[in-house]
Amino acid sequence: MFGLTALELARIQFGFTISFHIIFPAITIGLASYLAVLEGLWLWKRDTVYRDLYHFWSKIFAVNFAMGVVSGLVMAYQFGTNWSYFSAFAGSVTGPLLAYEVLTAFFLEAGFLGVMLFGWNKVGPGLHFFSTIMVALGTLISATWILASNSWMQTPQGFEIINGIVVPVNWFEVIFNPSFPYRLAHMTVAAFLATALFVGASGAWHLLRGNDNRRVRTMLSMAMWMLLVSAPLQILIGDLHGLNTLKHQPAKIAALEGHWENKPGEAIPLTLFGWPDMEKEETLYALKIPRLGSLILTHDWNGQFPGLKEFAKEDRPNATVVFWSFRIMVGLGMLMLLLGAWGLWLRWRDRLFDTNLFLRFATVMGPTGLIAILAGWYTTEIGRQPWIVYGVMRTKDAVSNHSALAMSTTLVAFIVVYFIVFGIGTRYMLKLVAKGPEDHEHEPTDDTGARRPARPLSAAPDQMDMFVPANHDRKG
Amino acid sequence: MGIDLPVVWAVIIAFGLMMYVIMDGFDLGIGILFPFVRDREDRDTMVNTVAPVWDGNETWLVLGGAAMMAVFPLAYAVILSALYLPLVLMLLGLIWRGVAFEFRFKADEHHKPFWDRAFAGGSYVATFFQGVSLGAFLNGFPIENGSYVGGALDWITPFSLFTGLGLIVAYALLGSTWLIIKTEGALYDRMVALARPITLTLLAVIGIVSLWTPFAHPDITERWFSFPNIVFFSPVPVLVLVSSWLILRSLNGAPHVAPFLLALFVLFLGYSGLGISLWPNIIPPDITIREAAAPPQSMGFTLVGALFIIPFILAYTAWSYYVFRGKVKAGEGYH
Repeated sequence: MFGLTALELARIQFGFTISFHIIFPAITIGLASYLAVLEGLWLWKRDTVYRDLYHFWSKIFAVNFAMGVVSGLVMAYQFGTNWSYFSAFAGSVTGPLLAYEVLTAFFLEAGFLGVMLFGWNKVGPGLHFFSTIMVALGTLISATWILASNSWMQTPQGFEIINGIVVPVNWFEVIFNPSFPYRLAHMTVAAFLATALFVGASGAWHLLRGNDNRRVRTMLSMAMWMLLVSAPLQILIGDLHGLNTLKHQPAKIAALEGHWENKPGEAIPLTLFGWPDMEKEETLYALKIPRLGSLILTHDWNGQFPGLKEFAKEDRPNATVVFWSFRIMVGLGMLMLLLGAWGLWLRWRDRLFDTNLFLRFATVMGPTGLIAILAGWYTTEIGRQPWIVYGVMRTKDAVSNHSALAMSTTLVAFIVVYFIVFGIGTRYMLKLVAKGPEDHEHEPTDDTGARRPARPLSAAPDQMDMFVPANHDRKG
Repeated sequence: MGIDLPVVWAVIIAFGLMMYVIMDGFDLGIGILFPFVRDREDRDTMVNTVAPVWDGNETWLVLGGAAMMAVFPLAYAVILSALYLPLVLMLLGLIWRGVAFEFRFKADEHHKPFWDRAFAGGSYVATFFQGVSLGAFLNGFPIENGSYVGGALDWITPFSLFTGLGLIVAYALLGSTWLIIKTEGALYDRMVALARPITLTLLAVIGIVSLWTPFAHPDITERWFSFPNIVFFSPVPVLVLVSSWLILRSLNGAPHVAPFLLALFVLFLGYSGLGISLWPNIIPPDITIREAAAPPQSMGFTLVGALFIIPFILAYTAWSYYVFRGKVKAGEGYH
């Protein structure tokens, strides 16, 4: 397909399925913690606004969770179907970590998700709050396992290669590998940021449409506080993560900075924009700020770090792609910082809820957290190339022996099914958001007794036509 | 002297896959039976009988995949890459029907027929390719230096296509006998009437597979028909015949739980037969569980978590079936 090799198609297919998948767990992680905070505030302050928001967001959480489970089903098999040499070689390390993730997820689903989604009137408030906290904790533990596995592929340690396969000799070293703490912190805060932007955009959208009430205001206000704290925190973590990457994967840093070579005694500029050309080995049309590159990456006005030319051609990641995916992530991060600061300013001036330009900005920023997550993942994963396990196994040696024809056929099938399935699912989620939070006491309840299923999607209301635009079926 | 990790794990994974076949089997069977039931309200009732439990059923499939990668990485790599196309089609079928299942409840009357067809179609696709994968697995895979060297379409054989169709019949039997437990009135009568021809067809399918497998694989013939094995293994086909006869007999009266339990038993026997044919291989024809096993460090590490959490999953599963016991009446939804 389009002259792509089977290897490229395998990478596109994995990238496509995992990009779809990662969106849902990211929101799951963020919303679960948000719900725990809302329920805690409700129990503490007894203000119904928190209870109503809890019920509103728990429905959206349920739909989102279900889509995460469905899209995750494919991921459990794709390592074997598409990357069989990798699985045979390193499955003894990544497999157990993945298995623990699945076990944790099911443990949490089995124990607490049902109580959280359906037990509001059936168990005491303490037990219910405990369940919500356990679900939030469970999502964070799940993320920990996945990031341990992913970080190990980036900075592997704690293993030996015996008879041509990876043998874990120290699980503590495997899990707590050098990049793991940075990656875990960066991803967790990214999930919180993405959720804050989503929640904030929902509130801003309702205010713009004149649906002004205390619930909507609280939702926007809480999101802006979260943004104010986590956007600068994320920039700090990102900086530390960058330094860690420079230490362990200098080629990745050289590529995402579009930095080709050092001149003796000369500081490295920061290339704001440009076009790194892999053939010409230079960054074309570069717009540079002197010394800033040195300052950011070495925390020294005159520091140097390796350029791409110091690495053999076959060991270089594609600088054109990661240079730009990195800038998209950072650029969006700066906009998030701006949104948070503007929110603080307006709050101080008491104009947070009625400044139209700000509300429009907050609405537009809604999906940017997820876009930044995807851009960040592309940066770190494409920046790891040409390795699948950094310095240990090359991606070209990891891919299954499928033909380009087989790969393109399944890719098309995945694209068609995913867009239909998750397109409709996302649309349904947005329709739930568009309904807006209501007073829980006056909400119609179809709860007929003890026999409720613990299936996530059954927590969301029925009989909503997904094919009619959201604003056409608002009643009253 | 420690525990024999490859054997322990082979048993856990075999158990997990059996849980999957049994549990997802009857809810896939509901979709397979959809074309035979035209009434809208009956279809709603059918779906409602599995609504509270179906997504838990697929838990075992995800767990099976992840555990296999952790403890038998070679088998995971070879089998999954050899069965690439049928497995992708199976997964897409499962996703499709899962979503159709949910959106059937959410859609308005106008769009319901579309989701009904999507649900039935997805169930057929998922089941057929699951059966095809099983048949291709039995046929075995050509391996050199620890990797699959066959072609992308090697899984298409008369035998595997037949097992694909055979699994549709097996799941239809599980589905119809499940509905005999869970429904009443006209739908119940319809299921009792359907269960008889389905049982007879399944019996024929099992007979053909039982003759075809040893015929195509002399080593399996050797295992089943040599003395004294034939004495130990002969109860398997005898019990299949006896159970099938009991299913047919129970359908004459006013059956309730018996046909479903017997159908489960027949499936279990078929599964055991499979185990007898394969043991101790995990990648047919000749790679054993020991050869495909991960290093003991990986098997032991994963075993701790599995032994702690699998009992919870089992207890939760049992509890949810207990909560939703009894007949589902028309118009009584769980969704």
